[in-house]
Amino acid sequence: MGRVVVDVMPKPEILDPQGKAVAGALPRLGLDQFVSVRQGKRFELEVEGDVTPEVLAAAREAAERVLSNPIIEDVVNVVDAAAEVSQA
Amino acid sequence: MTTLTDARVGVITFPGTLDDRDAARAVRLAGGTAVPLWHADADLHDVDAVVLPGGFSYGDYLRAGAISRFAPVMESLVDAAQGGLPVLGICNGFQILTEAHLLPGSMIKNDHLAFVCREQTLTVENTGTAWTRDFEDGEEITIPLKNQDGQFVADERTLDELEGEGRVVFRYSGWNPNGSRRGIAGISNEAGNVVGLMPHPEHAVEKGFGTAGDAGPRAGTDGLKFFTSVLSTLVHA
Repeated sequence: MGRVVVDVMPKPEILDPQGKAVAGALPRLGLDQFVSVRQGKRFELEVEGDVTPEVLAAAREAAERVLSNPIIEDVVNVVDAAAEVSQA
Repeated sequence: MTTLTDARVGVITFPGTLDDRDAARAVRLAGGTAVPLWHADADLHDVDAVVLPGGFSYGDYLRAGAISRFAPVMESLVDAAQGGLPVLGICNGFQILTEAHLLPGSMIKNDHLAFVCREQTLTVENTGTAWTRDFEDGEEITIPLKNQDGQFVADERTLDELEGEGRVVFRYSGWNPNGSRRGIAGISNEAGNVVGLMPHPEHAVEKGFGTAGDAGPRAGTDGLKFFTSVLSTLVHA
């Protein structure tokens, strides 16, 4: 089972009220080093078999046409989950 | 078309639509014939105009209006709207029209993040559209507003274009309830047959069930003129 990860973020020039609310909550936990937070969306698209270039191309089309609205959002990442390196 | 009752106004129901019955009732109170349309049926059943009512179609999952845009009825509607069919999108219906690219811009969460529900005053800035011809230029109207994702956004170039072409049809008056760019409450396409707005005209169409005003509590029926406007547009077409 292959998996493609799609990340969508609000455009930089669009005010992100959700991110702003989260940013406001962090100092209450004593985490006061973050000057701003932006909140986006992560999609995981699963396929039977491997993530081929064709699968990635289809995922890119899904990302542009459905998963994001280009007026308010940018697709910032379309990647094979197996190739994704976790930083956590 | 010779009489108002000959005018058939379709009201589309998506899964999660809430205000379809109010919209149909508004059409009838204005004197027209309301025709229920179903999201999964691509046939517009020869209607003369269409209302996309409010609600939370498909649970507003993904983005408000994003999934409805791909419903079978929408493909027919986009073609018909581009051919001049009068279309009114109210609240979630407005969001669907932007997702379908029949209207520019988009809606994001209200700047204060809260659901807002109030009687809102608007200024009518364009009486040349299919849905506003019964209003006076600059008329102040009060109709209910209820939304979570009501903040209208577009880039500066689009906003300048809308203003320059007189396509800002309604602007919030007194208070901007959701942070919308330039206080914009509703807009139209270039031809003026497609109009979308966040507030709800269909909830202020009958005395006793309308908004508060000089005539008394719940006596306000400013929303009715949206529906009489489209009927007179059709009768005079």
